[in-house]
Amino acid sequence: MSAQTMPAHSTMANKVIEVEILRYRPEQDDNPFPQLFEVPYNPDMSILEALQYIKDHLDSTVSFRWSCRMAICGSCGLMVNNIPKLGCKAFLRDYYPQKVKLEALANFPIERDLVVDMGDFIKKLEEIKPYIIPATDDKCLSEGTYKQTPEQMEKYKQFSMCINCGLCYSACPQYGLDKKFTGPAALALLARYNRDSRDAGSAERMKIVNQEEGVWSCTFVGYCSVVCPKGVDPAAAIQLLKVESSKDYLIGMFKPD
Amino acid sequence: MNAQQTTTNQLPEKKYIRSHEPIFWGLFGAGGMLTAFLTPVMVLVTGLLIPLGLIDAEHLSYEKLHQFVSSWYGAPIVLVLVALPLWHTLHRIFHSLHDLGIKRGRDWQQVICYGFAFAVSVFVFTLLLQMLSL
Repeated sequence: MSAQTMPAHSTMANKVIEVEILRYRPEQDDNPFPQLFEVPYNPDMSILEALQYIKDHLDSTVSFRWSCRMAICGSCGLMVNNIPKLGCKAFLRDYYPQKVKLEALANFPIERDLVVDMGDFIKKLEEIKPYIIPATDDKCLSEGTYKQTPEQMEKYKQFSMCINCGLCYSACPQYGLDKKFTGPAALALLARYNRDSRDAGSAERMKIVNQEEGVWSCTFVGYCSVVCPKGVDPAAAIQLLKVESSKDYLIGMFKPD
Repeated sequence: MNAQQTTTNQLPEKKYIRSHEPIFWGLFGAGGMLTAFLTPVMVLVTGLLIPLGLIDAEHLSYEKLHQFVSSWYGAPIVLVLVALPLWHTLHRIFHSLHDLGIKRGRDWQQVICYGFAFAVSVFVFTLLLQMLSL
């Protein structure tokens, strides 16, 4: 509480870090433009806290999304020196005394300042049916829960850690070139549900995977996995799906649907 | 009731078009695997071990290689060694053209890239077939 109300410069009087923010206010700006702020430097300070300092003390019109401050809500994604990062998980100490350049997440349309329109990603996320589709001859609720062995859970657990922050879409050069590509996070989540022993929706989802804009737009650059703040490794999920899609292709040659 | 039915009309089902990429990706993967394993060996043998005299150059003489290539087991090995890395390379070139933002004539790019790999594969196949001495 006290850390929030007490300005950081009362403890660190002389150290200052420059924070450059790419501003864009659609009602008054024709183009985005950089604006420089001087923020009192503190090695514990995250990029998100620096933004909050700016909004509280320097310019209240700066817009950015945030919520949890602990890398679980996935709201505060932004470009820090051209690398997609979560504002709450990147710290000023890794940049000081150099300037920090903040921009809205790449590959998404800017809505305002550091806020982007993630609509395309959300649409793709919905398309892959990111929920367990039970088999039709499913057992009744009264018959109890579905049990899984640790091995069955291990098959998908890593891919279920996604927080939908969109950093991988910003990192993906293929998504940058072609917005039709289903993209890293949606495909990683698709793999998560297809690899779940309780799920019976694989056939439906493989139709999405098998398309050109499914897994086949991916050229395994792997930058999505580098920037992922939760260690999901979407690139690995997509390569696994490529193997599944190839099997599906071979089966489809003999048994067309 | 009627009004409700019209508003809850099912959306037209999305058409999914299957990509033929698995074929090319398979050849790409196989060729890449071969290249990754064999290139260092070839560099070691031809670039270091033979010039240093650790391997007798006579083992890779024209006569010996010709004999190997025209044998029933040598011919398919050579075909695989030439064709798969070629498919790998041209697949990579085809996708690199996209990465470089060359959007025009994607169909023709595909025909030229994979057509070249196919033509050379067929050429090597017929050449090896002619050399074959059983």
